[in-house]
Amino acid sequence: MSHPTPPGHAAPAGHGDDAVHHGTLRGYLTGFVLAAILTIIPFWLVMGHVLDNRWLTISIVLALAVVQILVHIIYFLHLDAHSEGGWNLMAFIFTVVLVVIVLGASIWVMYNENANMMPMPMQHPYQSK
Amino acid sequence: MPEATPHRAHVWDVLFGRLTLDSLPFLKPDLEGRIVLATLVVVLLLGVAILGLVTKKRLWGYLWREWFTSVDHKKLGIMYMILGTVMLLRGFSDAIMMRAQQAYAFGPHMGYLPPEHYDQIFTAHGAIMIFFVAMAYIVGLMNYVMPLQIGARDVAFPFLNNLSFWFTFWGAILFMVSLFVGDFSTAGWLGYPPVSELQQGPGVDYYIWGLQLSGVGTLLTGVNFVTTILKMRAPGMSMMKMPVFSWTTLCTSGLIIATFPVLTATLFLLSLDRYLGTHFFTTGFGGNVMMYINLIWVWGHPEVYILILPIFGVYSEIVPTFSGKPLFGYSSMVYATAAIMILSYLVWLHHFFTMGSGADVNSFFSLTTMMISIPTGVKIFNWLFTMYRGRVRFTVPMLWTMGFLFTFTIGGMTGVMLSVAPADFLLHNSLFLIAHFHNVIIGGVVFGVFAAVNYWFPKAFGFRLDEFWGKASFWCWLVGFWVAFTPLYIMGLMGVTRRLSHFDNPALQPYFIVAAFGALLIALGILAFIIQIGVSIMRRKAYAVGGDPWNARTLEWSTSSPPPAYNYAFVPNVHERDAWTDMKKHGFRRPLEGFHPIHMPKNTAAGAVIGALSFICCFALVWYIWWLAVASFVGVVAASITHTFNYRRDFHIGADEVRTFEHTGNWQPEAQGANA
Amino acid sequence: MNTTAVDNAGNAPSRFLCHEEPPAHNGTLLGFWIYLMSDCFIFASLFACYAVLGTSTAGGPSAAEVLDLPGLAVNTALLLVSSVTFGFAMLEMARRNKGAMLAWLAVAGLLAVGFVTLEIHEFAGMIAEGAGPGRSAFLSSFFTLVGTHGLHVSVGILWLVVLMVQLGKFGLTEANIRRLQCLSMFWHFLDLVWVGVFSYVYLAGVLR
Repeated sequence: MSHPTPPGHAAPAGHGDDAVHHGTLRGYLTGFVLAAILTIIPFWLVMGHVLDNRWLTISIVLALAVVQILVHIIYFLHLDAHSEGGWNLMAFIFTVVLVVIVLGASIWVMYNENANMMPMPMQHPYQSK
Repeated sequence: MPEATPHRAHVWDVLFGRLTLDSLPFLKPDLEGRIVLATLVVVLLLGVAILGLVTKKRLWGYLWREWFTSVDHKKLGIMYMILGTVMLLRGFSDAIMMRAQQAYAFGPHMGYLPPEHYDQIFTAHGAIMIFFVAMAYIVGLMNYVMPLQIGARDVAFPFLNNLSFWFTFWGAILFMVSLFVGDFSTAGWLGYPPVSELQQGPGVDYYIWGLQLSGVGTLLTGVNFVTTILKMRAPGMSMMKMPVFSWTTLCTSGLIIATFPVLTATLFLLSLDRYLGTHFFTTGFGGNVMMYINLIWVWGHPEVYILILPIFGVYSEIVPTFSGKPLFGYSSMVYATAAIMILSYLVWLHHFFTMGSGADVNSFFSLTTMMISIPTGVKIFNWLFTMYRGRVRFTVPMLWTMGFLFTFTIGGMTGVMLSVAPADFLLHNSLFLIAHFHNVIIGGVVFGVFAAVNYWFPKAFGFRLDEFWGKASFWCWLVGFWVAFTPLYIMGLMGVTRRLSHFDNPALQPYFIVAAFGALLIALGILAFIIQIGVSIMRRKAYAVGGDPWNARTLEWSTSSPPPAYNYAFVPNVHERDAWTDMKKHGFRRPLEGFHPIHMPKNTAAGAVIGALSFICCFALVWYIWWLAVASFVGVVAASITHTFNYRRDFHIGADEVRTFEHTGNWQPEAQGANA
Repeated sequence: MNTTAVDNAGNAPSRFLCHEEPPAHNGTLLGFWIYLMSDCFIFASLFACYAVLGTSTAGGPSAAEVLDLPGLAVNTALLLVSSVTFGFAMLEMARRNKGAMLAWLAVAGLLAVGFVTLEIHEFAGMIAEGAGPGRSAFLSSFFTLVGTHGLHVSVGILWLVVLMVQLGKFGLTEANIRRLQCLSMFWHFLDLVWVGVFSYVYLAGVLR
């Protein structure tokens, strides 16, 4: 080949590298309304003592938090499979997996160690008798 | 100060916090004081000699302009390597002192180190060797090699690269200062509470702030390298055409991003306990010591893979080059690296099997630990199969690689033994563990660093390293390692525990004497390495080489040795893996005309200034000198903001300048000689 | 040592080189995103501490006794509205409407100042009641997690002020736009972390 090939882009952010997604008014407002709803429900559940089962309430609150985080990610942070050639999303998935491991395994490990090794007065079953 | 009135004492307190003349160990009349005093005198003499020489040769301006403020990844890489070597000498002196103490302190002999001092030494040895030797070395290597390998002109954030270096540097200085001002931590290299809680003096604060500084530097490096690899690869270099060393750099940087924040947070919580009286890891008020141990190992276990992955990359470059073959199983190497990256995040509990997590938790982490040896085994076989039926050239880098294969495999096997939780109940905290992790870190990381230095030194300086002294260094290290650590394996199996400054049972003494002898052999290995560098510098004319002295395979060998500031006059266009081999195969001819100006980042003093101010801030925090801490912190913020007002961060190297270099640079002296 | 004749320099264009400089790819936005991912791990560590230590009250007040939910509702609203107004500023930036952009940024900044002020007020009140960070492991982990978030918001405000000065002085240059995009990510990211804080630390905390 006698002519320089047009730089075939390795850097995966080939398309629209500098055309960053700024979002739209509609997107921000949708995100805002969804986030507001997803905030009001857990506050109402907890402050209004709506459910008798507190573990059920906690589960709903945390599930709504996960949904709201997704809303923020999509509507405010504009994360999608295309930005930066997909590396933003890859980095995010990598982070989520490892954060879940850190949180989940730490809680699991520490729960077991507390149960086996450190009967603390506050949680000790026979202390309160 | 006998004559000090209460009023004057108050002024002293405000000015110097808790720093008093009693904090200076070299003023103490005991043996420990003498040792520190002697060290101080030697350090001062050496320091004055070096500073005097630099002043006499009028090098300060040169050093400042060309090195300290440089944002060139190659120069920063070299500075990291120098830092690592200096700190290796410090960390190794600690090792020799421990070996000497343990070889001597039996029965009635208490040795020359009191327990307090001995504890400081093993703490400093571990922390320095990991943070300021191994980390400095691998960051230096990645810095130097990775941008060249991917055909980039520099990293994505050149200023941050410079700042990272200065954070690491000043963290190391903080550790060194603790030798002469106050004491160092006695809490072991990971600073377990409650030993590291408030009842301990300023030594733990030195430890905390030294690690915080270098930790932030490392984190920024990780972010920088990932961005560089994802955004700045040469056209045509898809992910699966990237050299394996760059792949391992990517995975290591990913791990840095995922773990160093955990270290920062954990040490931050420990410092809150110490400075603000919180109760995270205290033994009262609901604090939980085991949470510290859990969190620090969330960082600590991936950290060992952060160290070893780039070194796996080094071997993956050296073995194909000196076997004259492409790497066997490139894809499996990449997948193995990625698998290790994720798995390394799932094994941390094996560092505290004995803490009482119970059978189910221990089984899970035991299994994941055994699993991680599978991708590692894949790599070992890939290297062996690359050598199989190749024309292996037994150069110095290749010798280190062979030494690694032998030593590291055995270290890996003792690791699998330790991963069996019931066996760990017997072996934990014993010298067996010490022997195991030295086996993988010396046999893996240190051997790999020496292999890499011998391999890439000609690229960085344009002349190769002396073979004889290189081989001498290798054999001293290899034999010395086994002589030093085999007795530790044996004693560990007999149940001898770590971190003891004195033993009662005289039957153990012969083992420790042998181990001390092994340490002496390693000392000779380090000496031979320094002689190797010195001899090679003296014979640099005779040892001069061109751009590609090893007939290597990756892009960095296609440019001059040393490479110009801009790395490549024309950005490479990559078609195959082993891009340089591909170019050579097709009779690539280097153009001598048609150059264009090259866009480069400008040097900046901001990194050096921010680093130095941070050091002052951390030193002030160690000694409770609040006014200074506040002032220097404000200085850090002000300097950072000022830096953001600097918008002129780049310049162009003119086409003429590029042309001049391309005609005079060092590609192949043999050919130039023929022309002359 | 070399067996190949690679150094015979030639001037013919080679397919192995880009004879024109390929377009530069600015990595700032990706790099900043990666930095934010690393920040997730700082918060993950602090959340893990709160998860483990959140019930270790050592005889002191529990979450249900000290945490102020109405105040929390106000704070959450402030931060959420601040996040959206920052978004409006970004829309104005895309339209190159500097004045409106600065106005929206100021609104977002003031809302964040309100957030930090309320938080400091809440902390001061708790400390005055004897529920300071040194009282128990629960309170240590509470103050540290919420305080670290507040510290991030404060850093964001300082950054915003500096950037507004720079935007006013140097205009919507390429570098400034990039910086604003980074700050925008930082701003939304902190709101996202706050979702975790109010759900897990406060709402679930008072029920535990």
